[in-house]
Amino acid sequence: MKYSYYPGCTLKNKAKDLDAYARVSARALGFELEEIEDWQCCGGVYPLGSDEIATKLSSVRALNAAKEKGQDLITVCSACHHVLKRVNDDMKNVEDIQTRANNYMKLDTPYKGEAEVLHFLEVLRDRVGFDKVKEKVVNPLKGKKIGAYYGCLLLRPGKILQFDDPENPKIMEDLIRALGGEPVIYPYRNECCGGYISLKEKEMSRNMCDKILESAEGFGADMLITACPLCMYNLKKSTENGTPIYYFTELLAEALGVKEEVTEA
Amino acid sequence: MSVKNRAEEIRKISGVDPYRCMKCGKCSASCPSFNEMDIKPHQFVSYVLRDDIESLVQSKSLWKCLSCFACVERCPRDVKPGKLIDAARQLVEREKGGNYLTADEIPSLLDPELPQQLLVSAFRRYRR
Repeated sequence: MKYSYYPGCTLKNKAKDLDAYARVSARALGFELEEIEDWQCCGGVYPLGSDEIATKLSSVRALNAAKEKGQDLITVCSACHHVLKRVNDDMKNVEDIQTRANNYMKLDTPYKGEAEVLHFLEVLRDRVGFDKVKEKVVNPLKGKKIGAYYGCLLLRPGKILQFDDPENPKIMEDLIRALGGEPVIYPYRNECCGGYISLKEKEMSRNMCDKILESAEGFGADMLITACPLCMYNLKKSTENGTPIYYFTELLAEALGVKEEVTEA
Repeated sequence: MSVKNRAEEIRKISGVDPYRCMKCGKCSASCPSFNEMDIKPHQFVSYVLRDDIESLVQSKSLWKCLSCFACVERCPRDVKPGKLIDAARQLVEREKGGNYLTADEIPSLLDPELPQQLLVSAFRRYRR
């Protein structure tokens, strides 16, 4: 099975390992990520203004590229997933945005939200299946107590993203179980890490991340996993000598026995 | 822009109907930045209803909102206070001199681990 792949800006730079472990894991699980050509940064956050068109076009181009290849569009980054899914929803359901974006794009065939955007975790759950993932595990994460940190961008708004139950998600816990680890459910797993506030107000995100970590550690987690480079950055400021935080793709690659295939992470 | 026009503009940009609000306060209860905000998310809705846009565009809250969508997710009336806050932020940023972040500030804010995602997100939320 081949999918169109949108890595996003950070996976080419500070979060190279999030990308590299995803690629080797996909190969091990029997599907292929074909990076789309000439993709542009999604902007990191979804432009909320209903009259914002230009800021949505980079996403529309990526979506249309996947449509033309007849493939679903896969992302690994929480933020890209959030932006692409919401812009796709606009292109499908908001007539004004659909018209104005297409007027600008001048495509041979207008884009009307035909592509499907999937997060890598959704591919594991809905296309591969966690039972199949489990069969391919060669190094089960035995005895590891792992807290899944969801944050905001994977889950909300639930009606549009349709990723999981936004208040009580379980996709990452199910992955942890499939990999042989023990999921730790803690109350702060879908609270915000502070996001972009950490650029100008480091104290604010620091306080928020302290609470998240205290919550996870209090419930017995010895490590956290995330799908978001910004959550990773913010959380790490609160754990300089404490609980390790991994991208979920790193633990996946480890369990599948393909971690060593990544050389330059 | 007149007061009436600015109120109209906020409703247009946000696409939100503030009359739907039933003042349950769930948005403010959910907001992780509540303590930092001078005008709280549920109050934002009331200010728009009163056409008091001057207070909103001066508010510190514009720069404390994290766009985490907790208020949007949990609003039982689909009012989406986070979108109103963003629309007020847009009103400020779309005027000359309204940017909250300048390129000149960036070098002093960088550290070696800082992800590109943080810069592009902040640029998009804080400036035109």
